[in-house]
Amino acid sequence: MSTTTAPAAPPEQAPARRRFALPGSLVRNLGLVIALVALCIVGYVTAGDRFLSTDNFVTILRFAAVIGVVSIGMTFVITAGGIDLSVGSVLGLASIWASTLATQTMAGQVHWSIIVLTACLVGAGCGLVNGVLIAYGKVVAFIATLAMMVGARGLAEMISDKRTQIVTENDFLDFFRGSPLGVPMLVWIFALVAALGWVLLNRTTFGRRTIAVGGNPEAARLAGIRVREHTVALYVLCGLCAGLAGAMMLARTTAGSSTHGTLYELDAIAAVVVGGTLLMGGRGTIVGSVLGVLIFSALSNIFTLNNLSISAQSVTKGAIIVVAVLLQQRFASRSLSSP
Amino acid sequence: MSAPLTLRRRLMLGAAGLTAVATLTAGCTSNTPAPDPNQTTTAAGGGGSEGNPNSEPGDTVVIGFSAPAADHGWMGAITSAAEARAATYQDVDLRVVEGTNDVNLQISQIETFINDGVDAIVLLPFDGAALTQVALRAMEAGIVVVNVDREFSDPNAARVTVLGDNYGMGVSAGRYICGELGDNPDAIVAEIAGIDSLPLTQDRSLGFNDGLATCGLDVDNRVAADFTIQGGEAAAANLLQAAPQIDAIWNHDDDQGVGVLAAIEAAGRDEFFMVGGAGSVNVMEAIQAGDTVLQATVIYPSTQAADGIDLARLAVQQRSLNDFAEVEVPRLVQLYAPVVTADNVEQYLPTAFQS
Repeated sequence: MSTTTAPAAPPEQAPARRRFALPGSLVRNLGLVIALVALCIVGYVTAGDRFLSTDNFVTILRFAAVIGVVSIGMTFVITAGGIDLSVGSVLGLASIWASTLATQTMAGQVHWSIIVLTACLVGAGCGLVNGVLIAYGKVVAFIATLAMMVGARGLAEMISDKRTQIVTENDFLDFFRGSPLGVPMLVWIFALVAALGWVLLNRTTFGRRTIAVGGNPEAARLAGIRVREHTVALYVLCGLCAGLAGAMMLARTTAGSSTHGTLYELDAIAAVVVGGTLLMGGRGTIVGSVLGVLIFSALSNIFTLNNLSISAQSVTKGAIIVVAVLLQQRFASRSLSSP
Repeated sequence: MSAPLTLRRRLMLGAAGLTAVATLTAGCTSNTPAPDPNQTTTAAGGGGSEGNPNSEPGDTVVIGFSAPAADHGWMGAITSAAEARAATYQDVDLRVVEGTNDVNLQISQIETFINDGVDAIVLLPFDGAALTQVALRAMEAGIVVVNVDREFSDPNAARVTVLGDNYGMGVSAGRYICGELGDNPDAIVAEIAGIDSLPLTQDRSLGFNDGLATCGLDVDNRVAADFTIQGGEAAAANLLQAAPQIDAIWNHDDDQGVGVLAAIEAAGRDEFFMVGGAGSVNVMEAIQAGDTVLQATVIYPSTQAADGIDLARLAVQQRSLNDFAEVEVPRLVQLYAPVVTADNVEQYLPTAFQS
């Protein structure tokens, strides 16, 4: 496969990536870990023991969990050179669909997991529509998922009549409220999704194909990868993650709302890009995305602890994104110029 | 509730001119939050009312404050009024977190307050039901939770709840229009609502119908906007097209009212008078100047969270409202929706918000 990839469009990119993939990603992840540690030191210096307490770390992780699961799905789509702007809206729609009276009644009669299943199915369904539009309809990913972003939010508002739907299914809430081994269930789910995502991207054919499609779709097609089927599968995966995140949001807030997940697509993209996944595709890192999510959650926590102004946090977030991408470009050009 | 009260006292003490002038200057020159000049005046007057035992500093109270993003004037004023109110107390340490429309983030902010062991939390939730669980946890941790404006789905989640009166706004507007048009049973009344699917809009419209019914009037033309300026402009333009002759309009929200006025001016119509809603500075100034169709507005206080700060402080310090016989701070405070006209506008201008 690599021999077929090399002579195609950007010829030097594929071999360079192959040769430098491991050390490069190690260096990048190390950089993120250093950034996170630096952030923790800032947190400790400015907020002291309040930052270091176990409760506070649990708070950071619980906040990170929902966006984290969305970001894992997003990592796959971006690695394959796509983008999914609809994840926030799909999360909202999933939270609404899974908390309708009908779903809750059915969950009460059968099993609480019906709620989770519904949310996941809604997410996967939206992802399927995205994927088919992009792969077979030849609609640009940006436009197709933009349409889904608007449409899913509207549908959520229609179903809920813009009202908040309270979850009364206590078994569902109790499950998610639990903390096995002292770690909240939402954090366990995030960890599990991240671990599965890592295996899928780094240790399976599916993952290698994803990277190949992102690096050069034409070359991937010539190498015998069914690019269109693969693209559909990727958007379904991303939608599935958004749906699961919708169920997690439902558990965290005990209520479904059409406003859930507003602008989460941007949070997820920011975390993925800061993590080191190339926005143009061809390189992806789950560990980086997890670290990216943690960096933004820790940042938000430190600002809250220090009672800082309303807008400074957004400015800092913007600065972090720019610095991270600038550094990435330096890495990328270095690995290209040194054969 | 106590904000307007102390204010009224202040006015009686003769600070009226000073306060009004200060607010006007602020309104004309900058984006300074409206309550600021008012608070400066209060501080200059000695930090609260003289002879009020509750204005004496007590044990320091750490209050965490969280509200949705300031995406319209009223919501912006909620936070700035709360900050200004807290600044007048030496014994209040206010922690304000980033305003957000993301309930996930707002929950984690409240969790941080719980971890920090604050004494009280004043919370205007983006979504009352979604924040109920974390508020319950805060109450279980012994923190005084003051719920402002959007109610939790469980009354146990708050020690004090401060609410506006949406139904009352509608009644006030309806009764005022009755007072102006009551002798004309054929008068054409129009209504420009906010986001129609929200319960608060339904409450306002219900109240408006009930208010108008006291003199046999009803709503002839009704349109709904979305609390934004462009939404107000579009809805009003349609309304003016649909109704060639109108006698009175009630517009639910002064933020969208900027757009409504623009549409009215573009259409060159002035055969009617208009009543606003919520009570912004520019609407009150227009009422004062009397050079537009705006004749009145009904208030939905943007000082609710400031009242929340007062009540949280008193509840933590185990004081009572000293004009009440009751020993404890009340469980529920619902604010009144008065009508502001040219006659009483000076009284309300200092607590108006910048849209």
